[in-house]
Amino acid sequence: MADLADLTVATAGERLATGEASAADLLDAVIRRASLTEAELHCYVTIDHDGARRAAEESDHRRSRKESRGPLDGIPLALKDNFCTRGLETTCSSQILSGYRPPYDSTVVARLRDSGAVIVGKTNLDEFAMGSSTENSAFGPTRNPWNPERVPGGSSGGSAAAVAAGSALAAFGSDTGGSIRQPAALCGVVGFKPTYGLVSRFGLVAFSSSFDQIGPLARSVADALTLFEAVAGHDPLDATSYPGTVPEARPSLETGVKDVRIGLVRELSGEGYEPAVTAATNDMVAQLEASGAIVSEVSLPSFAIALSAYYLIAPAEVSANLARFDGVRYGLRVTGETVEEMMARSRAEGFGPEATRRILLGTYALSAGYYDAFYGQAQRVRTKLINELANVFEQVDVLVSPASPTTAFELGAKTQDPLAMYLTDVCTIPANLAGTPAISIPVGLDADGLPIGFQVMGPALGEARLFQVAAEVERLATFDHRPEILAAASDRL
Amino acid sequence: MPIEIDIAHVARLARLALSEEELSTYRSQLGVILEHAAKVQSVPTEGLEPTAHPLGLLNGFREDLVRPSLDRDEVLAAAPDSADGYFVVPPALEG
Repeated sequence: MADLADLTVATAGERLATGEASAADLLDAVIRRASLTEAELHCYVTIDHDGARRAAEESDHRRSRKESRGPLDGIPLALKDNFCTRGLETTCSSQILSGYRPPYDSTVVARLRDSGAVIVGKTNLDEFAMGSSTENSAFGPTRNPWNPERVPGGSSGGSAAAVAAGSALAAFGSDTGGSIRQPAALCGVVGFKPTYGLVSRFGLVAFSSSFDQIGPLARSVADALTLFEAVAGHDPLDATSYPGTVPEARPSLETGVKDVRIGLVRELSGEGYEPAVTAATNDMVAQLEASGAIVSEVSLPSFAIALSAYYLIAPAEVSANLARFDGVRYGLRVTGETVEEMMARSRAEGFGPEATRRILLGTYALSAGYYDAFYGQAQRVRTKLINELANVFEQVDVLVSPASPTTAFELGAKTQDPLAMYLTDVCTIPANLAGTPAISIPVGLDADGLPIGFQVMGPALGEARLFQVAAEVERLATFDHRPEILAAASDRL
Repeated sequence: MPIEIDIAHVARLARLALSEEELSTYRSQLGVILEHAAKVQSVPTEGLEPTAHPLGLLNGFREDLVRPSLDRDEVLAAAPDSADGYFVVPPALEG
């Protein structure tokens, strides 16, 4: 029998239902896997051994009384360490929050606790979710399970690597410019960013409020949907949360893609794209066409400028959101003669280089004399991109592209060149600017044995179509590869 | 061409006490990033309104109800310094 740590959420749920496994067994399996892999991979900032044990026992107790709460009851999940968890350290992988224990749960965490999920721990990220490699963590990088010399992507690199390595059955991350989809692509798992506003941001430590969206990383498209369903829906505590009905996507998992109109995005190809990534993308598009989809190439000129707009708007929002870290109410304090000196020293000491860079960039873009030329113009470019997308979605049902222009790169390869790091998000950023849903599905390996992700993008609230196509991509790809490190870990059991 | 910025002024606005060496590094890095970002200025956007919320939602209303706040002692427990139910900071004004 396969190790319980390698099951999908759906299969683990079946085992729980039949009594073949308990929540405690599942937790033991992922903790055992973590004990074999953490020293090398460093997926977690904190493992909550006691809290997870209690949650698993409570779940097993509920099940014995036939009071089980649904598909996540007893399932061991990991959370990116930027979700506030009451009483459990929440660091955002930053020195400025080291040791911080929030006095409340984020809405997503509260909903997961209600669903009976077992929260294993908090995963590593680029500081405050700013980065594409999980190297910008104050606690050291996470490594890619497929090749520990490579990055796992970012910023939800700890969550992606944990799901790939089996130290959680699935995980949650946040996606501001691709921070769920890009690490999912680089780690060979499914990563889904919902329509902006479908999942409450209350208690997610804010990075760029008009882009941030919470979503799942999982081993299957169906699991990703299960996790999304457990946390989606309006929340009065998040004023930007969508007040309408959450789209129903489950029935479309099985319908196939006959007559679905698929647009391949011209701007997300060419220079800078690894040949293996382009080949895998084109191959999947051909397979979708053979399955009955109507494929065309489409052009969205604003996609070429999306990155520039993003790197003005996101830092501007960062400079406002991170103003709260001032050494007064929580986090690091460095003493000073005056309150202003204390704040400036605390912030300089507490923030790492990428957070500092973005605060400076945003402060500049919002400062007197530059506001309209930079921030205002970027917000108008955003409108232009949204309009272009709306027009294209009258001609096609979904858009497809690579999820990342390259497979996982080596640690240190881009740390000295911030702009080169930013360019790794070129495929994922447009969906954040437009607030539209997008998902990455693993479709193959390159010659070095590194995973390749395929992205499907839908219109706002188009989750049903998105999952319809994603499920077909998953069936066609039959991606059943495993990182070699897991074979080695199993040998040691 | 990389954009020249008064980095010391920006760091003051952002309340970041950075060293001369750090300021110099950030000045050159920001110059290169801004050169790339400034490409937005070549996009014709006449007649377009700026977007703040991607779905165009405006105000989100809820009932104005009294509900429990966070526990004061629990909140203050996370503070670097507190006394008598208050946050404590160094003086804001001289004298």
